[in-house]
Amino acid sequence: MFMILGYPAPLMFGQLLLGLINGAFYALLSLGLAVIFGMLNIVNFAHGAFFMLGAFVAWGLLEFLGVNYWFALLLAPVIVGIFGILLEKTLISRLYKLDHLYGLLLTFGMALIIEGLARNQFGSSGMPYRIPAILQGATNVGFMFLPNYRAWVVVASAIMCLVTWLIIEKTSIGATLRAATENAPLVQAFGINVPRMITLTYAGGVALAAFAGVLAAPIYSVNPNMGANFIITVFAVVVIGGMGSILGSIVTGFGLGIVEGLTKVFYPQGSATVIFVVMVIVLLVRPAGLFGKAA
Amino acid sequence: MPDDAMLKVRGLNSWYGESHILHGVDFDVRAGEVVTLLGRNGAGKTTTMKSIMGLVPKRQGSVMFNGAETVEMRSDTIARAGIALCPEERGIFSSLSVTENLMLPPVIAPGGLDLDTIYKLFPNLKERAGSQGTKLSGGEQQMLAIARILRTGAKLLLLDEPTEGLAPVIVQQIGRTIREIKQRGFTVLLVEQNFRFAATVADRHYVMEHGRVIDMIENDQLAANMDKLHDYLGV
Repeated sequence: MFMILGYPAPLMFGQLLLGLINGAFYALLSLGLAVIFGMLNIVNFAHGAFFMLGAFVAWGLLEFLGVNYWFALLLAPVIVGIFGILLEKTLISRLYKLDHLYGLLLTFGMALIIEGLARNQFGSSGMPYRIPAILQGATNVGFMFLPNYRAWVVVASAIMCLVTWLIIEKTSIGATLRAATENAPLVQAFGINVPRMITLTYAGGVALAAFAGVLAAPIYSVNPNMGANFIITVFAVVVIGGMGSILGSIVTGFGLGIVEGLTKVFYPQGSATVIFVVMVIVLLVRPAGLFGKAA
Repeated sequence: MPDDAMLKVRGLNSWYGESHILHGVDFDVRAGEVVTLLGRNGAGKTTTMKSIMGLVPKRQGSVMFNGAETVEMRSDTIARAGIALCPEERGIFSSLSVTENLMLPPVIAPGGLDLDTIYKLFPNLKERAGSQGTKLSGGEQQMLAIARILRTGAKLLLLDEPTEGLAPVIVQQIGRTIREIKQRGFTVLLVEQNFRFAATVADRHYVMEHGRVIDMIENDQLAANMDKLHDYLGV
């Protein structure tokens, strides 16, 4: 068995992969948060709940309607996105003229209610979701056995991040979105229906969380707390990357997943806190985050 | 005043929070005219523009555009009706390239200028197509701000102090542009501090003071009314 820096290579690569997988979820979740924060100026604390809902919708689609994983991967984000539209129209849109704090409180309350209802209905132990047949098993890639599903999660997440980034940075819809983030009244005065754009942006961010939730369903058990477990770390990722930065959330998401994974090899006791230590250091050195623009 | 006015403003009142800025503004703009709003700082010229565009929090009175009342409309609906604003602060987006800035306002009607014509009017914009919008010089940013509303097919253009702070050669270029777009049938409402510039492009001038229109001077009567105008503008 060959060693890297005195550690067995399979251990190293195993943790690196685990880090990449967590990083994939960090990236997808913080990307959605960044998109929502940029456009709505709201810190969406309900993001973890939408992630959880994505997993539950996928589970429900399979359990009750026999809809398989691949269709769930398309349908769940749409269904949860529509739910997001309802919440934005009825609740969140009332807060745009108020301080940030109200949006934070509202979405935090929404998360508690959604997660509480799920716990009430399904208990907190969680339900299994089978890995789709084609992605079961593992591939020997020479230096380690790579579980196929986990490799898929990393690839699917990276593709989704890339597509989102391309839409925002390279298309005219993205240009309109960026412009509205800078000066929404002027964009509206050019004849663009900004309120509708805000609603759809929220739906898009929420759909990204649900997509991540479906990807997560076969890895973690589908349970009401799965979002809450992730979301605290994801907020640290968002702060490190720079609030509202698209590229920052993607790079920081994957990067910190890897940092976390490697910490599990070198200093396992620190793996649960390393991201927060990084957050403290970044806040001290660059308060606007690694990719953020100073206000 | 003629009844065939394209824009007919009557008794327009506007507020920013508690402060009452416009106190019953009345004026008309006929199709194809270039009309200026003159007045000292704080007379309410910019607020009048923003009120027409639906960009003030509270407004009352009447703004008829092509026979339709717009005073209750949202700004995007007003824009779709055919009014476009080039704001005083220019409103160039820093996260967008020059081309993205130019292409941002959607085309709302046929009859706008095509890109070739725009690049002929403003060659700099073509050369700097890929630059970040706010990396342009002040004059280039002003050209970009005007150019982007010429594309949309809006027939009434609101230009808020397009010459402010610009070098004489660029002011001349903007003057040429305004005469050119007038020839093409656009209607322009222009806010100006510089009435000498205004006189080179406009058909009529309205003078504003304390949130009201207090006088109207035809451009060919301007010389005869110079004393009055100096008095109004304090120059």
